[in-house]
Amino acid sequence: MTLQTEGDTHVVVTRRFAAPPEAVYRAHTDPKLVQKWMLGPEGWTMPVCISEAKPGGKIRYEWSNGKGGGFHLTGEYLELEPYSRLVHVERMHLPNPTPDNHIETRFDPDGTGTLMTMRMTLPDAQTRAAMLATGMESGMEASYVRLEEMI
Amino acid sequence: MYSISNLDAAFSALADPTRRAILARLAKGEATVMELAAPFEMTQPAISQHLKVLEDAGLVVRRVDGTKRPRRLAKAGVEAMDQWLAMLRKALEKSYDRLDEVLASMEKPRRGEKR
Repeated sequence: MTLQTEGDTHVVVTRRFAAPPEAVYRAHTDPKLVQKWMLGPEGWTMPVCISEAKPGGKIRYEWSNGKGGGFHLTGEYLELEPYSRLVHVERMHLPNPTPDNHIETRFDPDGTGTLMTMRMTLPDAQTRAAMLATGMESGMEASYVRLEEMI
Repeated sequence: MYSISNLDAAFSALADPTRRAILARLAKGEATVMELAAPFEMTQPAISQHLKVLEDAGLVVRRVDGTKRPRRLAKAGVEAMDQWLAMLRKALEKSYDRLDEVLASMEKPRRGEKR
């Protein structure tokens, strides 16, 4: 996996998967599948997962750490090209909403597998800085504590 | 000691192409303000202002060498940012490792019969 900043407002994540684009695309859009993996650090679950995979369709992911802690994300799908490309916007609620993160996700065939490229566009450089500094998976209290112990 | 608020300042400091170029230059070794200003169409005070932002963010330190004040990268600050990004990567990678398992379990029913 790679995670890189690009220009002033982008963050680009790439990852290869052993499954074909159709499967990886479905795992990103079918709520029953999303719920199984988009969990971040150990100990977190996603009790609510809404993903209406159609233009204008709603996204709502709610995470819980099982100890009363949690946060959620809302968004909308803008463009869907099965099984090669998704465009959506999302925002974290911490609890105040963060500025919209515009995300294009591509699923390109790579041998028998898939190369996924997720390109995030933030409204401005300051917002990207804040996102990177507070953690893309905010609500990572555990990580904050670990970081503070490390440094 | 490096804190979370420094980290926020550090990422904000990076949100500028001139400051990123200055850091890239300092990654090769220490340099004076004059040397740092040379590649840019900017005055030395303008470069000094950028250096101040980088110093306040804990990414650059200065040394006293006679009348010169050469700047270099601040190891602790740069390492703290690296560690933070490494942790973000780790959290994402954890999710994608789970996705590998989800994908592996999706493949199976397909071999036998159509879904």
